[in-house]
Amino acid sequence: MSAAAYSVSALTRHIRALLDADPSLRDVWVEGEVSNLTRHGSGHWYFTLKDDRAALKCVMWRSEAARQTYIPDHGDAVLAHGRIDVYETGGQYQLYTDLLRPAGRGDLHARFEALKAKLEAEGLFAPASKRPLPAFPRRIGVVTSPTAAAFQDMQNVLRRRYPLAEVILSPTAVQGDDAPPRIVAALDALNRYGDVDVILLIRGGGSLEDLWCFNDERVARAVAASAIPVVCGVGHETDFTIADFAADVRAPTPSAAAEIATPDVAELAYTVEDLGGRLALVMRERLAEGYRRVEAEVRALRRLSPLNRVRNSRQRVDDLLVRAARSLSHVVELRRERLEARRQALIAADPRAILARGYAIVERAGDGLRLTSAADAAPGTALNVRLHKGRLRVSVKERDIS
Amino acid sequence: MTASLPDDLTFEAALAELENIVGRLENGDLTLDESVALFEQGQRLATFCQSRLDAAELRVRQLVPDSGGGMRIEPME
Repeated sequence: MSAAAYSVSALTRHIRALLDADPSLRDVWVEGEVSNLTRHGSGHWYFTLKDDRAALKCVMWRSEAARQTYIPDHGDAVLAHGRIDVYETGGQYQLYTDLLRPAGRGDLHARFEALKAKLEAEGLFAPASKRPLPAFPRRIGVVTSPTAAAFQDMQNVLRRRYPLAEVILSPTAVQGDDAPPRIVAALDALNRYGDVDVILLIRGGGSLEDLWCFNDERVARAVAASAIPVVCGVGHETDFTIADFAADVRAPTPSAAAEIATPDVAELAYTVEDLGGRLALVMRERLAEGYRRVEAEVRALRRLSPLNRVRNSRQRVDDLLVRAARSLSHVVELRRERLEARRQALIAADPRAILARGYAIVERAGDGLRLTSAADAAPGTALNVRLHKGRLRVSVKERDIS
Repeated sequence: MTASLPDDLTFEAALAELENIVGRLENGDLTLDESVALFEQGQRLATFCQSRLDAAELRVRQLVPDSGGGMRIEPME
């Protein structure tokens, strides 16, 4: 014997050790088609992954199988993750699977892009066809599931932000195979009802598969065809759906859709307050201006009033009277002064005054001639001499005519 | 000039009319009588808008298909 024969167990262990030595086999993704899936009573799953030339035995233990939300059908293309190991008892290497998911992911992306390109080419997303949202929606149609957290979130936003609105829910499923026709029906119901100003098509976050109904061509066409503007708020900020592109406005989240579709009452209250203030201010100014104008007119009226002219005339008369009186007294004064001067002159001219100073008036007794020359009185002529007090009868003794 | 506010006045219409009135008053060019009348209408509108904002409470109803193939709206909860 050139070499010792392996026992079956030893050879199997050797093979197992070889496989075990390759780290790439401890963390491996395999793509294939599921067949012969057996979900055992123990909770373990047994199945085979195949492609057209090979097959791989697979097992998924109960702990992993219980976490699977996706349960493959026979023939499903799947991606499986796990490690390769040897089942010594059965002499089989197999994939100990910890995760199974539909292999359609890449496929979904391709379908998403294909539908997007097709609808875009049709002009379904054209910016020109986007309608503006009403500034103050009175009725807000909401297409979503009544039990969705997103519906509550949206109501909370509206309560805080714009409680003036009324919400009309058009209920639908937002997940699953029957969701697309039901979403289309819910949109259609609101359009037939008609009396809403804007429609919010909303759904909270989820996996790509959960949100897939919003990438349905029927939904996209119904959104684009809605006579009422549609705001689409599906998933989170990073989730883009075909319905987003078809909508008039894309909102990053359901709550954001409610915000985009409504004004904020806090701002409106401020606006109303501001307008009220401006109203009062402009009125005060108008009234003040009115008063100013009235006062100016009153002044002008006073100036132009006939009463004013009468008053003015009266004043002129008064002025004239004063001036007249003034000039009259002046005249009187002048006259009085002249009179006094005359009187003084008269007094000065009074012969008696002269006589009082010692002069005398001499008259011829015969004819009363007042003598001013000695020539008129020959010696012996009788003369009357008038003194300041009393008279003298005298005769001329002699005369000197020189 | 309306002496009071129409029964079916919406918040939106009231706010738009209030803005219009303030604008007209601020532009001047009105008789004092017109100004006073506009001011009074503006005050009514401002009060209306404020009361609407103060009193607003979100109403939520839902569309329900009825047996005749049509629809009716019902309050929720």
